[in-house]
Amino acid sequence: MAAECKTKLSMLRMKFMQRGLDSETKKQLEEEEEKIISEEHWYLDLSELKEKESVTIEEQSFLLWEDLLYGRISFRGFNPKVEKLMLQMNAKSKVEEENKVKVVKCDVSDEEMARRYKTLVETIGKSLPRRETMPITKEDGNGDIKPFKTKKMFLKFQD
Amino acid sequence: MAEAVPFGAESLAGGRARAARRVLDQVVLPGEELLLPEQEDVEGPGGAGERPLRLNAGARSRLRVVCGPGLRRCGDRLLVTKCGRLRHKDPGSGSSGGVYWVDSQQKRYVPVKGDHVIGIVTAKSGDIFKVDVGGSEPASLSYLAFEGATKRNRPNVQVGDLIYGQFVVANKDMEPEMVCIDSCGRANGMGVIGHDGLLFKVTLGLIRKLLAPDCEIIQEVGKLYPLEIVFGMNGRIWVKAKTIQQTLILANILEACEHMTADQRKQIFARLAES
Repeated sequence: MAAECKTKLSMLRMKFMQRGLDSETKKQLEEEEEKIISEEHWYLDLSELKEKESVTIEEQSFLLWEDLLYGRISFRGFNPKVEKLMLQMNAKSKVEEENKVKVVKCDVSDEEMARRYKTLVETIGKSLPRRETMPITKEDGNGDIKPFKTKKMFLKFQD
Repeated sequence: MAEAVPFGAESLAGGRARAARRVLDQVVLPGEELLLPEQEDVEGPGGAGERPLRLNAGARSRLRVVCGPGLRRCGDRLLVTKCGRLRHKDPGSGSSGGVYWVDSQQKRYVPVKGDHVIGIVTAKSGDIFKVDVGGSEPASLSYLAFEGATKRNRPNVQVGDLIYGQFVVANKDMEPEMVCIDSCGRANGMGVIGHDGLLFKVTLGLIRKLLAPDCEIIQEVGKLYPLEIVFGMNGRIWVKAKTIQQTLILANILEACEHMTADQRKQIFARLAES
């Protein structure tokens, strides 16, 4: 009776046996399970193959290496859609090549735009009715002057 | 090729592999083996002489080299499979060691993924069109592969129409498939090519020569009269001009310019410009 019967591993794994087990047997159980799993794994001996591996890629397309133009061409406005496409597609391939940031030419310069915008904002602001500005201080019940908490509203960036 | 090309006879007789770097822009023949730059050091100067000592022989610096059309990987070397001139392009950035390819000439087209080609619709069966592109098999083109096509709104394509599209699947094991839209769903000029005009066939090398960015032929042709040309990488060119005579002149020029020198070409253009 005192002798502990040796139970099978599969029995010990079952849920109803887990409560009776103490921590040591639990650890042993886990270790044995891991050993079984790792022995079952198959490993490839890849060191030979890695030596023979070469890093050349084969590619059968000419298109990638020779920068060819777009295949549809039109001259002297014979087909306006194709001429527009020509500019688009040839420019696209050039931009990908050069990878430069191009400055977009515009009619109005940046300084002019900033000036105009500033004056415009002021004039429109004046024409709209202004709300009464809140008082900065307020009188308390006792007659003490307290600073009035400004209500939280959206603050516009001052240019 | 009109100019005489230097050809190392001793390398042919010896049968040794030549370094790819030294053979650039020279004629190579099928069966030759080329050494990549990193392997030249291994072969050593003289071959039978002393070998350079290496601290760790196992770790060789591996450059990623791409071998383009006409070349094939054979062990550690490149094997030439087509005759032509060897070209090289350095990579702009990145770790790859550049591209080598053979600039060859042929008339028969083999479908390649990503190529824009002109095809002729030969059959309409159910949901797909069968398009003849000049390869071993007709390519299949689904009716949904046009811009703005839905199940209810079918594209207006008849048997005998000319289609300008690109390949999405093209390998030696499967039937090639082409589409007339790009990956974003836009047509980008692909689709049915308009009526009239003339379709004719040229060699594949001429198409690549005409589509090179610095080609003078196209610019000179454009100064003659208003015209439209579509180039297919399968050797087919479609041209259209205002009158039939102009179209025929244009077709003759494009066919003949392969074998003309620059001077002869200029003479012909001058004569045309006068008339």
